Amino acid sequence: MERVLENIRARSDLNAFITVCDEYALSRAELVKKEMGAGRMGGPLAGVSFAVKDNICTAGIRTTCASRMLRDFVPPYSAEAVRRLEAAGAIMVGKTNMDEFAMGSASETGCFGAVHNPHDTRRSAGGSSGGSAAAVAAGLVPFALGSDTGGSVRQPAAYCGIYGLKPTYGAVSRYGLIAYASGFDQIGILAASPQMIGDVLRAIAGRDEKDSTSKELPEGALSGIDLTGDKPLAGLRVGVLKDVKGLGPEISQALVSCADRLAVLGAELDTYELPGPEALGAYYIIACAQASSNLARYDGVKYGLRVRRDDLDEMYNMTRSEGFGEEVRRRILLGTFVLGRDCYESVYLKAVRTQQRIKRQYEELFGRFDMLLGPVTDKCAPMLGEASNRPLEAYESDIYTVTANLTGLPALCVPWSKDAQGLPVGVMLTAPRFGEERLIAVAEALKG
Amino acid sequence: MYDTVIGLEVHVELGTKSKIFCSCPVVKGASPNTCVCPTCMGFPGTLPVLNAMVPELAIRAGLLTNCEITKRSVFDRKNYFYPDNPQNYQISQLYAPICRNGYVEIDAKNGKKRVRIREIHMEEDAGKLIHAQDGTTLVDLNRAGVPLIEIVTEPDMGSGEEAVSFLKRLRELLTYADVSDCRMQEGSMRADVNLSLKPQGSRTPGTRTEMKNLNSFTAVIKAAEYEAERQRTLLERGERVVQETRRWDEASGQSFSMRGKEGAADYRYFPDPDLPPLVTDEETIERIRTGLPESMQDRQERFVKEYGLQEKDAAIIAQAKPLADVYEGAAKLSGLPAEASKWIIGPTMRLLREHGLAADEMPFSSEHLAALIGLVRDGRISRNVAASVYEVIFAVNGDPENYVAEHGLSMNSDEGSLRTLIEGVLKENQSSVEDLRNGKTRAFGFLVGQVMKASGGSADPKAVNRILKEVLG
Repeated sequence: MERVLENIRARSDLNAFITVCDEYALSRAELVKKEMGAGRMGGPLAGVSFAVKDNICTAGIRTTCASRMLRDFVPPYSAEAVRRLEAAGAIMVGKTNMDEFAMGSASETGCFGAVHNPHDTRRSAGGSSGGSAAAVAAGLVPFALGSDTGGSVRQPAAYCGIYGLKPTYGAVSRYGLIAYASGFDQIGILAASPQMIGDVLRAIAGRDEKDSTSKELPEGALSGIDLTGDKPLAGLRVGVLKDVKGLGPEISQALVSCADRLAVLGAELDTYELPGPEALGAYYIIACAQASSNLARYDGVKYGLRVRRDDLDEMYNMTRSEGFGEEVRRRILLGTFVLGRDCYESVYLKAVRTQQRIKRQYEELFGRFDMLLGPVTDKCAPMLGEASNRPLEAYESDIYTVTANLTGLPALCVPWSKDAQGLPVGVMLTAPRFGEERLIAVAEALKG
Repeated sequence: MYDTVIGLEVHVELGTKSKIFCSCPVVKGASPNTCVCPTCMGFPGTLPVLNAMVPELAIRAGLLTNCEITKRSVFDRKNYFYPDNPQNYQISQLYAPICRNGYVEIDAKNGKKRVRIREIHMEEDAGKLIHAQDGTTLVDLNRAGVPLIEIVTEPDMGSGEEAVSFLKRLRELLTYADVSDCRMQEGSMRADVNLSLKPQGSRTPGTRTEMKNLNSFTAVIKAAEYEAERQRTLLERGERVVQETRRWDEASGQSFSMRGKEGAADYRYFPDPDLPPLVTDEETIERIRTGLPESMQDRQERFVKEYGLQEKDAAIIAQAKPLADVYEGAAKLSGLPAEASKWIIGPTMRLLREHGLAADEMPFSSEHLAALIGLVRDGRISRNVAASVYEVIFAVNGDPENYVAEHGLSMNSDEGSLRTLIEGVLKENQSSVEDLRNGKTRAFGFLVGQVMKASGGSADPKAVNRILKEVLG
């Protein structure tokens, strides 16, 4: 454990961690060792260290959402996913850096500064779970928890060259995950191998009484699938995204080569088309609407930052103006606007109908296919600062990932190749509801 | 000439043990912020989990008011900033409330009248602000998350009296079904009155105002009268009624404008993504329907049949469920239902009046009433002493056994001590003994009285009678 903590300190240049909990990790490691010695703890995660994105609550350890608003907030409870991992013997070593309240796609909107990509520290690690991705990619921890509302696990995984799973909505309890957009938020897993993704998923997934939207998983949903033989993917019908404009050449090439590999492994391939650009609008409208309500609780009254003023409204205004960064304020304003009485029908409900239509489209797609192959992003990791300077472009770059959140479907980022500069390129596999094990098995088969 | 048109919005606190979205207990009068948890304090990362008793009780209310039960009901967030509202949104229902389209029959001036129910929805209560003397404001979140239903009527009432008639009927239905204790004075039933005037014969409704802070039936009647008069004066002067919320001030007997509806907040309602739609199937509705607790009517009839009560007595006892519960408990425990009924109809009703208590505020428990009846039945105290004891211990729900023991009120029926007492009395009243021997039977009663007096009232009159007869041969 000392070595793990030392490694983390040695890579402080990545700015992957907001809080490293040395003492906690050491005492947990001691305890787990004792339990394992006594035969009371075992399994694949016993003694394995991990990191947690700083919007996931950890009892007694500050949980900041990378926001001035919660800079000193220490929750008295742990997220259910963290609780389950600790029960399985995994050891939490720290809290990872992110975009403020998970709003952003480069991990540079938080109050603790930007996360640097281990493959090229001038570049972004992606976001919003950039700290978790960088920590895993740099080999500091075998796995990390992130959260994925519009691609926040998969996109940084792609930029950092690791696996990133967004499970089916409801597969993992959201209890203790500080909400951004409750209808899309899902705790996800970042790891260097499909096997580790599977081990962690099996520990954290399943119904939790504390989250009414968590689901009882269908029987066998968490039994690993073993694909062996000559043609391990024989009979698997895979839809490959039809060549789209705007994709970087390195991404298109990765898709082609991945499709070729799938065919070699026995999969039957055909093409499909993206649902349409209105998906992105629907996503941002609904996400911002929910965010405007979810973030209303940060008002200076109960916890977190308070800017003292004699007048109540002034205290609200000053606290929220100083506590939230620009991107968070932008999304709160947008969300407040679309829920207003003049917009609710014409904008918000329209977005909800678009979401329902996309859900139906994907249901139809999964009548034809068992799995979909597409890009995670349109290009590789950008230079730091690029996303913040062009917010609209940054929003647009989420087009390939948001459909999994709109539909609630599970999707896995698979690190596939490198571009000319040696930057990682990822591809994305999407499965029907609760098809996580299939995603993991196919990713394993693709590893060869 | 104008007709008064009244619609009500009634908030009723549900009688659940715990809050609507967390497991904090619902306790009245607890110290500030002692019934709270991260969820009802709006901490980050917490999630609401619906207390299953809440829809159960809301559906009971809906069935009792002849509503349709919504098969797929949805919770919405009502967004507004206020320090007593920890999330700065209230979880309520707007688009698909749990019950719709019902009615309640009330007694009106010209017989029965139907008041239609537009909807019943579930929501969470807010906390409370306490304004300290030094100018600071403190927040108590004990009440945050206490479950409420809001019952919204159509504008079907024509006077404050009819509104009260509706509220009383609602209270009867809901208290008997254990939905709520409906105590206006404690705020577990709160009514807002929407009132407008309509020219007689016209079909177009007038502009309405909404009156808040009405915490008694009298206040409802007075506020309705005041508001109708205020609007009439405006209209007769050719002025317009402004649509607004007004606050009733009990002390001055006037209402004051709180805010205009035009400038009212936009609550930005939208479905709460943390709570899946509440699906209620026909089977559940039937289960709740068949499991509905006994109504007031049924209980009254059962009292007549089972305990042989007079109809009018049964009606008095059953007028409030708490009173009926005390009666029935005491009747069963003592085995003397007729006796128990006498205690309720006579002394209890009088004591309630004297203490300024309503029938649903009965402070005395059935156990203690049964004990009091038992003391008389066993001859340990006389009926008169029992009545005096009741006066003293009624309001504090004192234990009659303890009280009688502590104050030495138990009757003396000890043979030896009574004989000594009687012999002394006879010696001092030789003339009366003579009178008795000469056939003046009235003298016997006089002697009994003297013995009782000498005992300081503690002698058992039956024993005194028996021994006196023996001694006088």
